[in-house]
Amino acid sequence: MSTVTGTTNDWATTTLETAVNWARANSLWPMPFGTACCGIEMMAAFMAKYDTARFGSEVMKFSPRQSDLLIVSGRISLKMMPVLQRIWEQMPEPKWCISMGACASSGGVFDTYTLIQGVDQFIPVDAYMPGCPPRPEAFLDALMLVQEKAKKGQAKSQEYVSQDASSDPSKSVAYRTPDTHYRHGTDRSTPSKEKTGG
Amino acid sequence: MIAYKPENHLPLIAKVEAFLGERLLGREEKSHYHQFKVLGKDAKALIQFLRDDPGLGFGMFIDLTAVDYLRYPVAQPGRFGVVTTLLSPLLGVRVQVKAFVEEGDPRLPSLTDLYLGANWTEREVWDLYGIEFMGHPDLKRILMPDDFDGHPLRKDYPLRGRGERGNFPVYHATTRKPQGGA
Amino acid sequence: MYSYEKEIVERDENTVHMNVGPSHPAMHGTLRVKMEVRGERIINTEQEIGFLHTGFEKLGEHRSYNQFITLTDRLNYFSPLSNNIGFALASEELLGITVPRRCQVIRTILAEMSRLADHSLCVGAMTMDLGAFTSILWTFVEREKLYDVFEAVTGTRLTSSYTRVGGLAFDLPADFQKRVTAILDSMDKTLDNLRGSFYKNRIFLDRTEGIGVITREDAMSYGITGPMGRASGVPYDIRKFRPYLVYDELKFEAPLYATGDTLARYKVRIDEMAESVSLVRQAMKLLEPGPINYEDQKKTLPDKTSTYADMESLIHHFKLVMPGADHGIHAPVSDVYSSTEAPNGELGFHLVSDGTSNPYRVRIRPPSFINYPVLKQLLKGSMLADLVAILGSFNIIAGELDR
Repeated sequence: MSTVTGTTNDWATTTLETAVNWARANSLWPMPFGTACCGIEMMAAFMAKYDTARFGSEVMKFSPRQSDLLIVSGRISLKMMPVLQRIWEQMPEPKWCISMGACASSGGVFDTYTLIQGVDQFIPVDAYMPGCPPRPEAFLDALMLVQEKAKKGQAKSQEYVSQDASSDPSKSVAYRTPDTHYRHGTDRSTPSKEKTGG
Repeated sequence: MIAYKPENHLPLIAKVEAFLGERLLGREEKSHYHQFKVLGKDAKALIQFLRDDPGLGFGMFIDLTAVDYLRYPVAQPGRFGVVTTLLSPLLGVRVQVKAFVEEGDPRLPSLTDLYLGANWTEREVWDLYGIEFMGHPDLKRILMPDDFDGHPLRKDYPLRGRGERGNFPVYHATTRKPQGGA
Repeated sequence: MYSYEKEIVERDENTVHMNVGPSHPAMHGTLRVKMEVRGERIINTEQEIGFLHTGFEKLGEHRSYNQFITLTDRLNYFSPLSNNIGFALASEELLGITVPRRCQVIRTILAEMSRLADHSLCVGAMTMDLGAFTSILWTFVEREKLYDVFEAVTGTRLTSSYTRVGGLAFDLPADFQKRVTAILDSMDKTLDNLRGSFYKNRIFLDRTEGIGVITREDAMSYGITGPMGRASGVPYDIRKFRPYLVYDELKFEAPLYATGDTLARYKVRIDEMAESVSLVRQAMKLLEPGPINYEDQKKTLPDKTSTYADMESLIHHFKLVMPGADHGIHAPVSDVYSSTEAPNGELGFHLVSDGTSNPYRVRIRPPSFINYPVLKQLLKGSMLADLVAILGSFNIIAGELDR
């Protein structure tokens, strides 16, 4: 799927497209979403010994609006999932996502009431990294995989999923209306509110 | 540096037994501390005595937690036990106070006016067990989201939850159709 | 007595509500601080945590004692070995067993080395937040060297799961002595660099001296232990209070400061790193050949190589690992609270056992959770930039805070 829109396929736009994809792939700015132990290995990958700057991921912008690559490293709990989704929404396209570690890919060692068993249920993921935590070399490997995808102009976030193929059409959203609270349920946080039901 | 003085256990036990009298349900001796068992309503009085008595001086807060004895093999005076651990820099010993509360009315007085560290630990016990602390300035959930239903660490709550972890909107590019020729 | 009236906060049209949200570079982990700010002054804050709540304590009721050791790695992920050692010590206290001497010496050495790893990351991250980026690169180089040793000993860099109830997973490699000596020498040089770069640096002193003062009474009432507590004058170090492992045979000082500000918390950590280097050197001299596991194989997992050759070891291994009412470590029906001096403070495990192979209740007393609430009163009236300096000195680790 082309990331530079063009309805004609002549040599000028194809070459331009290739050049733009090459530039994108070699300057993927990461948005590190490090929550837990995988975040430490991600930090180690950004540091002097396993340098990601030589891959073009020089600027570790903590602003989603200025980055291309979301790296979900660490376990995502019930409270954190809306935050992750909001950050995913704020990233401009084209964007890619790496799910780092066993917890982000599938829940990991923790099969509990509060952990999301894999972020790919809710946001599109381009590369998975198994490991608990994966070594920084695995991080560089995943980065190179995403670079390959970017050179071809592909991104999972732009893959069209037809209405009948998606699991639950009523839950699919492309945009969400802004709200002041992350969650929509009734408030049951204090003893009095629990008894009256919010 | 505070050092452990095992010889101070005997005066501690004597003072606590003299203070509580009938209200003391039991005492257990552990490896380096003693555990006193009381009912929920008496816990605060005992802890205030431990803190304020000049010969005891349990001024350092260590921990506050709860245990759900629903499936415990040995019968206990109440379903929940709220365990407070304290340290005395004066005597150099630790002490644990286990306060039992009933299932039907799980409430006991709050320790927030005695120790500043009780604030968040009591909030956590409320969040995970549903035990209310009377007199707490701001008793609300701390670890679970505000609209979470139930108290997860109780024994009758399932490990894998009741479906909350799958209930989020899904993001695909479903409204974007492929452009002609791509 | 402490009283909590409803706070009267003066709000006017210049008050701005700010959210330093759970995904933020200065937040060490997933912490959220909602603030009301007027100009550069913070008037009121509210802290929200729970963004990494994983359910360790509930999961502990469904895993056996040895399986829970793999989970303890993920608590304080800057120094996983100290969590492993803490939990193994708590289970051994519940069972009433003492491990052999070589195991104790190895555990002491690894505990001090993980203290070095944790403090070096905390110090590096704190100075990076204040603007000095080079120091985190120095400390990460030291951490990588420590990771090499941990990998040689335990098999992985981070989530080691090295201890077992009653002993260790396996013995040390042959070149351990050589590796450790090389690290200690380079760590001495890095500590000199860290002292030289910051102790007389005008900018660093302006940003940390007198900022975020915690008084001794407040620290004891909150229960603040570890380097934060000792920076405020709380004379409490579990290695001195009730020495465990071989700490009673080693000579060391626990640094104690009276000022309680951010600079004191920084200095305590640097001093503790120097003490840890000396402790590791002393403990290496105590290392002698010997068994590393407790001899009763009904409680301790046997050595893996012997399970391939010896029928009895195989049967013991089977009975300890398989789930079921008959199998597992049969701890007595009781409870115990045991704590160790983790790099962050007092890491305690309150274990309640009902006689089966899984614990009935595992309560983790996390130093970060008990240390963190004091931030609210420190931020009231301080400047916005102080938030970063103060939070960096706390060393809050979200895995431990939320469990």
